[in-house]
Amino acid sequence: MPETLTKFIFGRLTLESLPLHEPIVVVTFIVVVLGGFAVLGAITYFKLWGYLWREWFTSVDHKKIGIMYMVLGLVMLLRGFSDAIMMRLQQAIAFNGSDGYLNAHHYDQIFTAHGVIMIFFVAMPFVTGLMNFVVPLQIGARDVSFPFLNNFSFWMTVGGAILVMASLFVGEFARTGWLAYPPLSGINYSPDVGVDYYIWALQVAGVGTTLSGINLICTIIKMRAPGMTMMRMPIFTWTSLCTNVLIVASFPVLTAVLTLLALDRYVGTNFFTNDFGGNPMMYVNLIWIWGHPEVYILILPLFGVFSEVTSTFSGKRLFGYTSMVYATVVITILSYLVWLHHFFTMGSGASVNSFFGITTMIISIPTGAKMFNWLFTMYRGRIRFELPMMWTVAFMLTFVVGGMTGVLLAVPPADFVLHNSLFLIAHFHNVIIGGVLFGLFAGIAYWWPKAFGFRLDPFWGKVSFWCWVLGFWFAFMPLYILGLMGVTRRMRVFDDPSLQIWFVIAAFGAALIACGIAAFLVQIFVSIRKRAELADVTGDPWDGRTLEWSTSSPPPAYNFAFTPVIRDNDAWFDMKRAGYRRPLTGFKPIHMPKNTGTGVILAIFSVALGFGLIWYMWWLAALSFVCLIATAIGHTFNYHRDFNIPAAEVAQTEEARTALLAAEGAKA
Amino acid sequence: MSAHDHAGHDHAHGGAAHGSLKGYLIGFFLSVILTAIPFWLVMDGVIDNKQATAVIIMAFAAVQIVVHMIFFLHMNPASEGGWSMLALIFTVILVVIVLSGSLWVMYHLNANMMPGLHEMREMP
Repeated sequence: MPETLTKFIFGRLTLESLPLHEPIVVVTFIVVVLGGFAVLGAITYFKLWGYLWREWFTSVDHKKIGIMYMVLGLVMLLRGFSDAIMMRLQQAIAFNGSDGYLNAHHYDQIFTAHGVIMIFFVAMPFVTGLMNFVVPLQIGARDVSFPFLNNFSFWMTVGGAILVMASLFVGEFARTGWLAYPPLSGINYSPDVGVDYYIWALQVAGVGTTLSGINLICTIIKMRAPGMTMMRMPIFTWTSLCTNVLIVASFPVLTAVLTLLALDRYVGTNFFTNDFGGNPMMYVNLIWIWGHPEVYILILPLFGVFSEVTSTFSGKRLFGYTSMVYATVVITILSYLVWLHHFFTMGSGASVNSFFGITTMIISIPTGAKMFNWLFTMYRGRIRFELPMMWTVAFMLTFVVGGMTGVLLAVPPADFVLHNSLFLIAHFHNVIIGGVLFGLFAGIAYWWPKAFGFRLDPFWGKVSFWCWVLGFWFAFMPLYILGLMGVTRRMRVFDDPSLQIWFVIAAFGAALIACGIAAFLVQIFVSIRKRAELADVTGDPWDGRTLEWSTSSPPPAYNFAFTPVIRDNDAWFDMKRAGYRRPLTGFKPIHMPKNTGTGVILAIFSVALGFGLIWYMWWLAALSFVCLIATAIGHTFNYHRDFNIPAAEVAQTEEARTALLAAEGAKA
Repeated sequence: MSAHDHAGHDHAHGGAAHGSLKGYLIGFFLSVILTAIPFWLVMDGVIDNKQATAVIIMAFAAVQIVVHMIFFLHMNPASEGGWSMLALIFTVILVVIVLSGSLWVMYHLNANMMPGLHEMREMP
């Protein structure tokens, strides 16, 4: 085949692009291929493809999409954590002239991939999944406002994840750090495909995130059950609303700044280059205008989870509901006023730095108010230390430390000492693991029975809990100490042998966290095995207070046979107190959206588009772009997108539940 | 296609007014005028000071946005139960923060960090 034709078909993709010279990657690839074939083989053997396609992949049910988001987050957590433990091992052994086991080229990709994956493809899917599952149930709705859009958003997020994963085996990932600052990420210094993988993975996933933000805002504003005024919304719904407002307001900035970077790389513009009037500092400024709100996008929903958990397991109404709402709204606004604290040292001078230092310190006030609200909710409560509550207490103890080191970093002179040091790394892992991840585990343990109809096994949950909490403290306290001693981030080898002991302790912590993750997987497996024993028939295993506990576990496709009427903040608690009885007759047909495979197809074309752009396969990019637009327009002519669940079927589902409840009542 | 239990296709507009032909025509003429004037200012060089011209054009653009919102998007303080107005206020606040903040930050960064232009200690 003539060279020009090969070049036309494959762009810059050649056999040399495959990382065959990296034994670690090759072994990983073999393991992934074997594991992948095992999974695909099992699905084929058990004839599950049709079931998965009809019931899950094409589903527009917010509950199923929520669960799929959680599965995506979990899978990507394993990938992101593998990167983490590789870094910990490298740093623990690369002393006394040893080069460790990772070369610089590979190591730089690992720390970049770790950051990108953990933020965009672990934390974001987990948070979005939780909101997707819980919010419609909490507000008494039957689905989100735009069910098809929800499915599409999910598959676009998967598309981004696929591009990142592909970079492991086809070509390479960026070596720039997780925010890809130019000029390093410009075409002159990163001529290979790494940064292009980064750009297109985030652009594809970003479409999904933005659309799901719009969807959930619309759902919360338009689809609340009658009687649920704004100030009667469950606090998790409030925090979700603020998070989605942040998503819709900030993700376009990320899209724009990545587009400008892509233009610099693809068509030779000079937005962020060193010469021809470009200014790399503008990139740093813009990306943190997105980046700081992003931090609050991640943590706010989890503040909501902690509020729900604290209130439920203390058996009390949440202390200071109104102040909690206002604190959340204030954080939403303030999160746009602090972005410069990520680059105090870039040289904006005393007046600018002081302003942003002070706004950063101010933002800790509403956060602190929340902490006191949780404490006062627990005060004189009858606290049940079930798994979600344990995670909440661990969060409160851990997060406060992270918050305080954050305020310390907000002081510009202190930041000049600590900027880009391991102290910073310890700080943000302290708030992200101690806040976001602990919150996710609390949320998963709390809502799992709602999603599947049985609780998670408490023993393995506690094993996972202690491994995670202790592992976190072992892994990151040494990093605070090293950071104070001046060790900078992203180092591959070290000269000073006295530092080694701290890295060894940190590696031990990472190993404990690995046990925590393993125990979590075992917990899920064991719980599925023991699902009969752990079953919850009532739909309200924790004596909950909000609407999602009023329906069955798992909820029927239509969530609520009759739309509930709300009279109080803790709607379900109020209904229980007023002696609520389930209506048993008078069911009506329920209007529901139909499943569609268009979301999957659009996402496949998007991945192909991204892949074509990354490898300069222009024909593929053009073709998949045309297909993408054609499919999207074609879908607008799909008029068969809703149906009615007949009243008889609703009655049947509800009668089955009545029988179950009666059997349970007879047992008790 | 929200999942309400009524099977009909009734359109709930939440109070947003439909446009009338008169409203659209007023909006159209206003936006034509607001577009034509800046063109005229630039093409004929009416004002000598280029900076003043730029400021005036920006002002026309801002008015243009308001015209579009009122006549084409049918926004008023009461539409969608006040949510449109709230979203607008929030958007304006954020845009102002982001633009003015970026200008402020980038001005200082350029002044302090671009080589050879100024002495560090002269800077605020």
